[in-house]
Amino acid sequence: MKKVLILGAGTAGTIMANTLSRKAGKEWKVTIIDQSEEHYYQPGFLFMPFGVYTEKDVVKPRRKYLPGRAEYRQAKIDRILPDENKVLLEGGREEPYDILIISTGCDIAPEEVEGLTGADWRARSHDFYTFEGARRLAAAMKDWKGGRLVINIAEMPIKCPVAPLEFAFLADWYLNKTGMRDKTEIVYTTPLSGAFTKPIASAILSHLLDEKQIKVVQDFSIGEVDNENHKILSWDQREVEYDLLVSVPPNMGSSVIERSDMGDELNYVPTNRDTLQAKAADNIFVIGDATDLPTSKAGSVAHFEAEVLTENILSYMKGEEMEERFDGHANCFIESGNGKGFLLDFNYEQEPVPGHFPFPHVGPFKLLGESRINHLGKLAFKYVYWHMLLKGYPIPLVDHKMSYMGKKVPQKAS
Amino acid sequence: MPSKEIAGTTIDVNEEGFLTDRSQWNKDVAAALASEEGIELTDEHWKVIDFIEADYAEKQAIPGMRRMNKVGGIPTKDLYRLFPNGPIKKAARISGYPKPASCV
Repeated sequence: MKKVLILGAGTAGTIMANTLSRKAGKEWKVTIIDQSEEHYYQPGFLFMPFGVYTEKDVVKPRRKYLPGRAEYRQAKIDRILPDENKVLLEGGREEPYDILIISTGCDIAPEEVEGLTGADWRARSHDFYTFEGARRLAAAMKDWKGGRLVINIAEMPIKCPVAPLEFAFLADWYLNKTGMRDKTEIVYTTPLSGAFTKPIASAILSHLLDEKQIKVVQDFSIGEVDNENHKILSWDQREVEYDLLVSVPPNMGSSVIERSDMGDELNYVPTNRDTLQAKAADNIFVIGDATDLPTSKAGSVAHFEAEVLTENILSYMKGEEMEERFDGHANCFIESGNGKGFLLDFNYEQEPVPGHFPFPHVGPFKLLGESRINHLGKLAFKYVYWHMLLKGYPIPLVDHKMSYMGKKVPQKAS
Repeated sequence: MPSKEIAGTTIDVNEEGFLTDRSQWNKDVAAALASEEGIELTDEHWKVIDFIEADYAEKQAIPGMRRMNKVGGIPTKDLYRLFPNGPIKKAARISGYPKPASCV
């Protein structure tokens, strides 16, 4: 029997284990390895600090979402040996493979910023990209007595690039609700030259930040955290004081990738952007946050990639040409506070633009515009995630190929 | 598309002053673009420009800060000293490349 080995049982790895177990046929065995028992609904971390979700909304046992036909092994991975077609586990055990799928994701690396893991870390400064960070932020927001709340993005790229903005919008909404908004200055510090990475969305979202009186400090590239004086310092000598620092530390790929010498300077794996094959070897594929592709690191992207990758791996198994192409499609709801939200839909070529989704004029979702139904869409996504997406079922009306239907793409001349 | 006379040659630039045709770039053009930014190029600057040139040939992209540190061996502190206020953008412009594409 031949073997597909999947490294990492997060969103991308779990979907691939499910689709390949259903479709690959009896001569293929699917094994998936992960070091921990729990599966986290990562988009939910954003809501924990504001009491919208509790801990049990966002964490479930991994095994429950993995197919019975696949073998699940809980182990730490030491390194990949691509020339020998095997993976070394901690403790010396070896796992040979015929096909390898790397879905080891990315994680925050606060130790990469000088002083970020100092005395204020987990006391006055927190992240919301980990379960632990989101939990502590929930406590910090509950106890908040006013002052300066500073959100900082250390460097790009980061997982879910809209999440820091959503945090700012939700903080504004939450503090209005608790009566603390008047006593709070919200400051948004970003290394970008605007609110977001793409120009049209950036202009619209900047306007919303203004409206909510959230101060933006742009081109702010953090060099150091001064824990004693509770300040963040930029490389070009600017400083911002904080009472509460909400940090988005640098994101990096897994240390497994570094130990295997298969990554770039951020431990992301060089990947063919169309087929999702690793550039290093024909029988290795990469999916989700672990790739170096120029699209968002997000669950929707992992889901769209999985549809492409499943077809391509089935072709590869039969020795046929891989014909499916990934277009960089991302589909992201943005919470804007007050029970409203935005929706962004974009790919490698097309930046987010206004319009309706998925049907022109009808929607029901509004692209790059604020609406209540977008917010409901975001909340409904939790159900879709646990019950459909992880199982690898197609999401109705949302294809892996981005559609131009309903999008108002500006003419070049205007 | 504006074009301008600089260092004895005509170059084509976009609205933000980035070269649109790198074949028009040479060391004199680099020096002239640098002086527009108030920078006089030294060997240290050239080490950065040379790295960007080599890395662009390999990756077709301007290296980010972390890549400059890890692969190019150039500390962030030095980059801010050499190219104050937005070192990557400035170094890219002086090296004759497009404005670094923003991440997603």
